[in-house]
Amino acid sequence: MEPLTEKKLEILALTANRLREDVIRMVSRAGSGHIAGPLDMADIFAAMYFHILNHDPKRPDWPDRDRLVLSNGHICPVQYAALAHAGYFPVKELETLRQLGTRLQGHPHRGVLPGIETTSGPLGSGLSQTSGIALAARLDGKKYRVYCLTSDGEHEEGNYWEAVMFAGKNRLGNLTVIVDRNNIQIDGFTENVMPLEPFAEKYRAFNWHVLEIDGHNFEEIAAATAEAKAIHEQPTVIIAHTIPGKGVDFMENDYLWHSKTFKPGEAEHALVELRTLQGKIKSEHQ
Amino acid sequence: MLNPEAKLNPHLFDSDVAQAPTRDGYGTGLVAAAEENPNIVALTADLAESTRTDAFAKKFPARFFELGVAEQNMATVAAGLGITGKIPFIASYATFSPGRNWEQIRTTVAYNDSNVKIAGHHAGISVGPDGATHQATEDIAMMRTLPNMKVIAPCDALEARKATIASAQVWGPVYLRFQREKTPVITTDETPFVPGKAEIFWVPGHEKGVKNGISRGAKADVLIVACGALLYNALVAARDLEDAGISVIVLNMHTIKPLDEKTLVEMAKRTGAVVTVEEHQVMGGLGGAVAEALARHVPVPQEFIGMHDTFGESGAPEELIKKYGMAPKDIVVAAKKALKRKKAL
Repeated sequence: MEPLTEKKLEILALTANRLREDVIRMVSRAGSGHIAGPLDMADIFAAMYFHILNHDPKRPDWPDRDRLVLSNGHICPVQYAALAHAGYFPVKELETLRQLGTRLQGHPHRGVLPGIETTSGPLGSGLSQTSGIALAARLDGKKYRVYCLTSDGEHEEGNYWEAVMFAGKNRLGNLTVIVDRNNIQIDGFTENVMPLEPFAEKYRAFNWHVLEIDGHNFEEIAAATAEAKAIHEQPTVIIAHTIPGKGVDFMENDYLWHSKTFKPGEAEHALVELRTLQGKIKSEHQ
Repeated sequence: MLNPEAKLNPHLFDSDVAQAPTRDGYGTGLVAAAEENPNIVALTADLAESTRTDAFAKKFPARFFELGVAEQNMATVAAGLGITGKIPFIASYATFSPGRNWEQIRTTVAYNDSNVKIAGHHAGISVGPDGATHQATEDIAMMRTLPNMKVIAPCDALEARKATIASAQVWGPVYLRFQREKTPVITTDETPFVPGKAEIFWVPGHEKGVKNGISRGAKADVLIVACGALLYNALVAARDLEDAGISVIVLNMHTIKPLDEKTLVEMAKRTGAVVTVEEHQVMGGLGGAVAEALARHVPVPQEFIGMHDTFGESGAPEELIKKYGMAPKDIVVAAKKALKRKKAL
């Protein structure tokens, strides 16, 4: 991993912003899809594909690549945008999201789109698959790392905790989970729908190494993934506290934007905000 | 008569015919396959001994994973292994896997096209005293509706061994169905087994001495298509029918998907009446698969031996087989009924 210089931090911030713009455009054009999750995970996706992962977009099947498994497949618009900008497929193809014949399925499908490691969408199964990949890596003596990106609401699935037990038992030190702790799900706030707290303690009880970070701070994202690499005897979970709908004022912290569709003008308003990082920067679009 | 070309057990109808549970064939087949291929790994959900995975676990401890009572996790961990160069075999009772973890199998194994082999044990009502909760009679239907999935129900322990070895050599998801109880060993090591190819196990008596077991164009009164250990009852019924002057062809349809439609259609044309035999719901299982194929190619009267939209119950295996109408005499009655319907056409 190269050092996180001021210049690199600026590039990552602009990249994350670009991913957010693409998410708004893609979901708006498709007329359906999820928004809040993709927006709040844009910083983590930018950090992963443009700083942390050891990967080669020109060789998506490279056996020694780090694997990034997206467990909560419904936030795939942000992954599609990250993959396209990283060079896995043409950026123009983002316009085809959810359309007949597209490689950008409503939920990601392995084998049709380069860079997608597993088919996902039905919740709670990504960590198990990631554990399987981590086991295979260990059996083969491979050094690559396996990342599972998941959501907080997904932790209500029984399958998920079966996998937490399994990864803890097998001391899968090559596995890192990043949880999008945005506190929302379709029916409301997670602590109302089905409380997860004390969240970190639950992982610790299953023999995991636990880190908590600000999911919008690139230095914290990089430091946490680096620390996880140094923990060999346990899998690591990084609980990334995020703001759902991050970057667009009328979406932030409103659980209804989990999967709401745009009214006329809303997408345009969101894009104007994003282009200036809420007035904080001068965007290349200005 | 038994098809000489099938090289079946010559002592098949002896009272002391050799018996073994089909799950034993899974255990020995898994070890044999794993000796050849280091990428084979095995997983169980707290049922290592009764799924006969224990022999593999003992021989290849580094390649064996105990999941605990967590069938959903077993299927999905296997899915991850299967897309990373491994050939995972997962084993539990069929009511739990593929019963409880069906969606995980659908999404992460079948749609994901991961190279996972699913061994569903304790299938059918012959599980016996454990009762209906543990008697899988829907698993074939659940698995054969999944794109990318192949479905094999071996008829005896030897065929189970061959099917296990063969499934490791076939790329992609496979469902293998095994049974708990000892059943007659119908085949021999020489009996042909190719996934997706039905074998003729019984030929009309007047065909005696014909090369390849059955002559071109030879006809019979009725065709019996069976899978799993009930194939034995089908052969007993064929013998009894022949004694009563009714000529029979029996097909071992071990692979329910992809179904060997070519052989099925040809034999249905030669007979014009069909009985399907399976220890499974008649809806969606072998009977359903055969009916779908015949409806498209050669619609002929068909009778269904199996579970008729009901759950099983506790009891001795042979008592249950009798109660739910899967004994040889039930197959004889069904064959006569199909024949009568054919004549009435």
